[in-house]
Amino acid sequence: MNTKWIAMWTRFYALFKARNLEFFRDKSSLSWNIAFPVLILVGFSFVFSDEDNYQFKVGVLQEGATPLSQPSSEKFLQLKHIEFVPYSEQPEAIESVRKHKIDLFVAPLQKRYWVNETSPKGYTVEQLLLGNSSGFERLTIEGRAIRYLDWVVPGILGMNMMFSCLFGVGYVIVRYRKASVLKRLKATPLKPIEFILAQVISRLFIVVCMSTGVFLATDWMFDFYMLGSLLDLLVIAVLGALCMISLGLLVASRSRSEELTGGLLNLVTWPMMILSGVWFSLEGAPQWLQTIAQLLPLTHIVDGARSIMTDGASLWELNTSLVSLLLMTAVFLCLSAILFRWEGDGR
Amino acid sequence: MSTIIEVNNLSKSFKSVKAVDGISFSVKRGQCFGLLGPNGAGKSTTIEMMEGILKPDAGEILFEGQPLNREALKRIGIQFQNTALQDYLTTLETVRLFRNFYDNGLEEQEVINLCQLQDFLHQDHRKLSGGQRQRLLLGLALVNDPDILFLDEPTTGLDPHARRNFWELIKTIKAKGKTVVLTTHYMDEAEFLCDHIELMDKGRIIERGHPGVLLQQHFSGALIRIPMQPLSEEVQKQLLPAENHEFWDINTNNVERALALLVQSHVSLEGLHVKSANLDDLFLKLTGQQLGESA
Repeated sequence: MNTKWIAMWTRFYALFKARNLEFFRDKSSLSWNIAFPVLILVGFSFVFSDEDNYQFKVGVLQEGATPLSQPSSEKFLQLKHIEFVPYSEQPEAIESVRKHKIDLFVAPLQKRYWVNETSPKGYTVEQLLLGNSSGFERLTIEGRAIRYLDWVVPGILGMNMMFSCLFGVGYVIVRYRKASVLKRLKATPLKPIEFILAQVISRLFIVVCMSTGVFLATDWMFDFYMLGSLLDLLVIAVLGALCMISLGLLVASRSRSEELTGGLLNLVTWPMMILSGVWFSLEGAPQWLQTIAQLLPLTHIVDGARSIMTDGASLWELNTSLVSLLLMTAVFLCLSAILFRWEGDGR
Repeated sequence: MSTIIEVNNLSKSFKSVKAVDGISFSVKRGQCFGLLGPNGAGKSTTIEMMEGILKPDAGEILFEGQPLNREALKRIGIQFQNTALQDYLTTLETVRLFRNFYDNGLEEQEVINLCQLQDFLHQDHRKLSGGQRQRLLLGLALVNDPDILFLDEPTTGLDPHARRNFWELIKTIKAKGKTVVLTTHYMDEAEFLCDHIELMDKGRIIERGHPGVLLQQHFSGALIRIPMQPLSEEVQKQLLPAENHEFWDINTNNVERALALLVQSHVSLEGLHVKSANLDDLFLKLTGQQLGESA
């Protein structure tokens, strides 16, 4: 029994090592895997470095029967060129001030306002308030601004992970199959499960290492907004990568055609690029679109990572995303185990 | 010699094409067994069924009297016709990878020595020459020290020198007591290496036996080949020439008498060619086609 497991481990490890060597020696693909996310982040940091649009945003608490649409007696609230955003919950508004989403928050009936002392725009709007209205109590909040860069980094790393997993597993297996690498392996005592495990674990190892490296390097360059734990982020990355790899296995389970697989992989990746909140939030989108987005693994990866980074969410708070990822992984793995063929359709 | 593999009534079709059509034969231990025939004769399909890669539609394959199973896989070595390997690995790393798939087998160094891989051990396997690559593939087929070695068209595409070199390797391996099953469409290869051949055409076996014995049975003496020209009735009657494209083939065990008759009958001897018959001629005799002609 013991020797059987040792033999299995030897076969698995040999293949795992060969696959890793194959990846790390393919210099063009390796540099692309690193350069792609870094270049996008550097690009964004330049494009969005001058974020100020000279439009001030002030949150106003909706207390009692004072809807924002009614003219307020406060002179400050009648000023032009300031966007007044209604808030029904005080904690939510305070959180927005902390993250610089709004420049100031006013509760007109309580005669109080909250300002973030690290925000230059907050200071300006505060001066406007003090010049136009009086008798307000000042409360201060601390917190760095969330840049677009901080918001977009989980999306970009998630997307990079998605491409690396889907193409690195799906495309490679089909290439192996087409070129009869799989046929050669089938003629050895290697079992399909050992082969698949070696592919999965090798890619998981590669993707998690690369993503961690890229994240730490870009974090050093840009100092990302990070409220949560790095370990939680790693958990999301591992579960997300596993889910994507399983999806890649499913796509590659029996095809011999690289063209068909390329098409299928595009069919899978494009909706995720658009609907999973990589580049922009789907908050205002129709409900049915948001429901579809919930069926995509990337949505859960990006949402999870973003909540950890910008809201400091714990894994417990992200249980829906975690369970969804695990469920999807199980479904994809089962289906690919059922469908997998060494030689694929046709001869 | 005991039987190591027995094949009974094996058939396999791909869509409407019958690739192998109810063939039976047995392979003896220690033999170099050749499946010989033109491209598309069903050789590769047969050998792949024997290796357990393809499932037969009908018939059975017995390995030492037992149906093929996973255990048997550990005792066979296979060199496919077209094989790709994992990219970016060197010769040594590839040998190591395959060695690790088996519990028992040859030491890494033994494989290297046996197949003469020393000169390109640390080279990316994609940059090897044709002959070097075939030697590596042979090495991979030998890592588990198999009892039986399957070689599917092992020298196709090699230059004459590399082919000779490869043949010598096979002889060495055979001398170690291994059974070798090989497919080829090169008749000289079969004549040089095989103790027994099964001549295949269109999925069936049309002749079998030791190459030398077969030639003796079908051809006596020598083969005289003269360019196609009108021949007198007497020549036709006495020498029974066979048409072979641009030539007449005359099979005779008395070369002097045949030549004298040709001279007497004023047949032009320009371009005359006397040779002993080979397996190509046998295939031609049996099918009316040359080996290269069948689809």
